[in-house]
Amino acid sequence: MTTANATAAVDRPSTRIAEVWDRLASVTDPELDESVTGLGFVTHVEVDAAGAVQIGFRLPTYWCAANFAFLMADDMRVAVAGLPWVTNVAIELADHMYAGEINRGVAAGRSFQDSFGAQASGELDGIRRTFMVKAFQRRQEALLTSLLEHGHEPARLVRMSVAELAGLPGDCASRRLVERYLERRTVVASGANAAAQANETAFVDARGALLDADGLGAYLRALRRVGVNAQFNSALCRGLLAARYGDAAAPQAGIEPVHFVSAGDWKETVEATRSGNASA
Amino acid sequence: MYRTKSGEDIFIIDGHVHLWDGSKANLKNVHGQQFIDCFYAYHSNLSPKEYLWPKEKFDNYGPEVMYDDLFVKGYDDMAICQPTYLTDFYKNGFNTTERNYEMKKRHPDRFIVNGAFDPRDGEAGLDYLDELSETYGIKGVKLYTAEWRGDSKGYKLSDPGAQKYLERCGKLGIKNIHVHKGPTILPLNLDAFDVADIDDAATNFQNLNFIVEHCGLPRLDDFCWIATQETNVYGGLAVVLPFIHSRPEYFAHVISELLFWIGEDKILYGSDYGIWSPKWLIEKFMAFELPESVSKETGVQLSLTAKKKILGLNAARLYGIDVEAQKKLLGGVRKAAAVGA
Repeated sequence: MTTANATAAVDRPSTRIAEVWDRLASVTDPELDESVTGLGFVTHVEVDAAGAVQIGFRLPTYWCAANFAFLMADDMRVAVAGLPWVTNVAIELADHMYAGEINRGVAAGRSFQDSFGAQASGELDGIRRTFMVKAFQRRQEALLTSLLEHGHEPARLVRMSVAELAGLPGDCASRRLVERYLERRTVVASGANAAAQANETAFVDARGALLDADGLGAYLRALRRVGVNAQFNSALCRGLLAARYGDAAAPQAGIEPVHFVSAGDWKETVEATRSGNASA
Repeated sequence: MYRTKSGEDIFIIDGHVHLWDGSKANLKNVHGQQFIDCFYAYHSNLSPKEYLWPKEKFDNYGPEVMYDDLFVKGYDDMAICQPTYLTDFYKNGFNTTERNYEMKKRHPDRFIVNGAFDPRDGEAGLDYLDELSETYGIKGVKLYTAEWRGDSKGYKLSDPGAQKYLERCGKLGIKNIHVHKGPTILPLNLDAFDVADIDDAATNFQNLNFIVEHCGLPRLDDFCWIATQETNVYGGLAVVLPFIHSRPEYFAHVISELLFWIGEDKILYGSDYGIWSPKWLIEKFMAFELPESVSKETGVQLSLTAKKKILGLNAARLYGIDVEAQKKLLGGVRKAAAVGA
């Protein structure tokens, strides 16, 4: 834990509260790949003069998966503890079947396994990776679809390097999608850091294999399920949160439903998708 | 029965209904309260305003109201009762085969009553399954793999214990295995909604049909994949269908994915009554057309033929219902039923 910085603006708690909210916005619900603040999960942030932070959060149902709840709580703790003036972070999950275990475990800095004992049989690395891969697939599908719509050739796209992708013209409408994609591409990267990854092929499947330009339509068609699923879940979660805590509880401005590829001939790809192992 | 504008009658089998008791008197603990409250949140979130129930009615509506909502106000012709025991949460259970059977005794031609098993019950549970088969002649079971039982917070169909039960189902002619995929399956560090065990069971038991309720939500993506691989895996539309009101664009995308990946012969309508009511679900589904942008780009249609299969013919096939004979049997009652706009 970082010690309090004497020069920090102790008399400006609202600045510190804003800094905490800003950090929290970078924490995602791993399943929905959306920010915990955007989802309306964080209820309040308090900061005291000594740099201790209190964060309240809630979930759409009493039964929401304990592992995701733990991941979010722990990610929030880590994200906020990174602020230089923070001396302590207390996370309080409310109205959840495992609130006690999660709050105590995160407060003590215990791992998931230690917090749950016999009910778990390991840590959350596996599940975290599963959902990082899904987020990667969803972001990749959105980016590739956008690039195709902007006239990029499939043959060129599948050979593009990370550096080339990152260097696409700044006025490109896909800029935000590129950033979001590269953020999650680390899940399939071989190189240890950005410099080492620059020359890697930008678009690979979840196993790291190169994509085939001719089969790109079918590949995207299969990936689209991941996005449809996540958006449907997101709508359900937002709705349940609103039903549980009142209509004002959950920001309802979700992402628009995934659009279907307008370019590409789906008819030729249907059989290829169905017979081939299109699932990544 | 729903009658189209052109005068065609659509035979409707509701694949997923409950007669539950979530009243205060039946509660064992806070979990039971939270369970019915969570159901009510689904109800309030996705129902049209004019169909919202007061909580007291929702907690325990009873058989008369149920009959009225399904067959008099609603368009169902038949309904399949899917039990959810939850004996750790409710004194007399939440929604048991025994209680559901009261409905069938009153209206034998209207109801199909399914049983349930829990592999954690061991040999005694197998005996109970025999008894359910003998007493009620069940053709299907509803499995709630996330049900709490003492220290255990759920099981998987791939567990060795579950295999014995599926074998017994095959022997007893219980061919339809409805599986609710839900949260809190131990160990907690794994994906609680993983549908991979369905894949495993469907491969090992080709003689049984696996109907994945709620289409595997929140793992629709994984479900579509396994259902494409296995010929005996079906998707039940409960929870998915109500989106047709509040989020029709999402419903359009999801139903088109389902039609694309698993096809119109493998999708079953279910209202999940009392969470939602057949009247508005059927009216909206019959009126629903896939947006042209969606059908053009995915190449699937939600045709009248597809709707008929989803609303009744698929379930009739799985449960051996002769639709024409059943229509005659219900003929007298049908006159009293509401007729679609």
